[in-house]
Amino acid sequence: MLKVTIGQYYPADSFIHRLDPRMKLFCTMAFIVFIFFVNNFLGYAMAFVFIVTVIAVSKVPIKFLLRGLRAIFFIVIFTAVLNIFFTAGETVVLDWWIFRITLEGLLNAGRMALRLVMLIIGSSILTLTTTPIQLTDAIEFYLKPLKKIGVPAHEIAMMMTIALRFIPTLIEEMDKIMKAQMARGADFDTGGIVKKARSLVPLLVPLFISAFRRAEDLALAMESRCYRGDVGRTRMKQMRFASRDFAVFCVILVFVAMVFVLNYIAALYGIW
Amino acid sequence: MSIELKDVCHTYSKGSTFAKNALNNINLTIESGDFVGLIGHTGSGKSTLVQHLNALLKPHSGHIFIDGEDINADKSRLKAIRSKVGLVFQYPEHQLFDMTVYKDVSFGPKNAGLSGEEIKERVESALTMVGIMPDMYEKSPFELSGGQKRRVAIAGVLAMRPEVLVLDEPAAGLDPRGRDEILNQVKKMHEGLQITVILVSHSMEDIARLVNRILVINKGEIVLSGTPTEIFAQIEQLEAIGLSTTQSAYIARDLRNKGFNLPENIFTVDVVVDAVLSELQAR
Repeated sequence: MLKVTIGQYYPADSFIHRLDPRMKLFCTMAFIVFIFFVNNFLGYAMAFVFIVTVIAVSKVPIKFLLRGLRAIFFIVIFTAVLNIFFTAGETVVLDWWIFRITLEGLLNAGRMALRLVMLIIGSSILTLTTTPIQLTDAIEFYLKPLKKIGVPAHEIAMMMTIALRFIPTLIEEMDKIMKAQMARGADFDTGGIVKKARSLVPLLVPLFISAFRRAEDLALAMESRCYRGDVGRTRMKQMRFASRDFAVFCVILVFVAMVFVLNYIAALYGIW
Repeated sequence: MSIELKDVCHTYSKGSTFAKNALNNINLTIESGDFVGLIGHTGSGKSTLVQHLNALLKPHSGHIFIDGEDINADKSRLKAIRSKVGLVFQYPEHQLFDMTVYKDVSFGPKNAGLSGEEIKERVESALTMVGIMPDMYEKSPFELSGGQKRRVAIAGVLAMRPEVLVLDEPAAGLDPRGRDEILNQVKKMHEGLQITVILVSHSMEDIARLVNRILVINKGEIVLSGTPTEIFAQIEQLEAIGLSTTQSAYIARDLRNKGFNLPENIFTVDVVVDAVLSELQAR
């Protein structure tokens, strides 16, 4: 009934899966940031080849990535349309009534759409190849320096882990409660906004109650296993950088360098 | 109120890599007034099957007829069908939400668009049926004990006046006393209201004591169907799919092997006790 693909993990054994989550997070961030620096066709071609290679290596079926894209389909179309009509430019392609489409507008739209699509694919690959637990471990690692100024890095990471862990559980619970109320004649689809909002009460009250019950159970279970927070806590699975992580780090450095080189070349020869 | 399933198939996550065949060509007929027990292992498709009976899930192929009407043919009839077939989920107390017991039970009848008088009458009779006294009507459902909560939740479905009552593990997680109370009330409802009851259960004892027909489901298929006497005689088949017959039947079998002269096909506690006693007296 409800499908969430954000944060979905695709279990497989690939080079990308085996990478250290910290390195994966870093590389994804770098990729996302520098994709916005690209301003020419050559750069996009390179980024495209790069991302396709990563997808191929990751063994994640293309279907999963496309499903993630479906969710942002409208945002992509919307930004593209906005860019087409609201970019000022010289070369007019079409001028009709109040519409005025310029070559610059079309190029801008294409650029934005490509950026968004690559951004989503890039981050999807991260979540598809990294378990939520690994991911929060990586986030905790990067937040660690902030501990000195009083940011509870470990607690934040633990909260994220738990929240991610409970998304599917709560969806399942919601589905069950929804069905139970539908069996009693509840109607969630028809009526105006007020009626629709009120029809959510029989859904949300039991959902909150069960969330609190689960939270209490979990807190008890953690305490009975002597969880006391960060101090003195060791890990069962130590994160270690391997040579493949350094290799990937070099690849992303080359990628970033290429972005700037291609930008320079494009500017020199006037390539869009 | 007869129920007929024809070639019903259901697949979860159809079309994805996680696709799982939950129901496979289910064909069955349940006659009006039957008390049917549905048994099967965890994950055998029991819950999926019962959710088809009031169109909460739709079959991917096949048809479900209730009183000859295909329940998935007309969307506007869904509400009517759901009030005809009352479904009590596992742990139904998790669906309680309103401020008072009375209001919560009236949720169903209100959705059915009944008048105030009629709602009152239905709520009171439903609560009486499950043994909740009027002094509790204005309490918050969250103050009640586990067993009471569950009975209120069952009343919430009964207040719809269903002609078929489907109960998915109504006694799960209750203590022996709460369990007996609930099941005895279900039995009373079946007799008193003349409704068709479908009981999903793991407990062979409960099934043996209550129902007049058993369906055994395994891996999405109905593998056995018949009266309790017929089903519990097939110990080998039941054990082959990881189920069992009743404990009483095992005791009777072991005693028989030790030379006791006990009849075949006895499986409820009372009958086995009587048989053993009369055998002891005869010795």
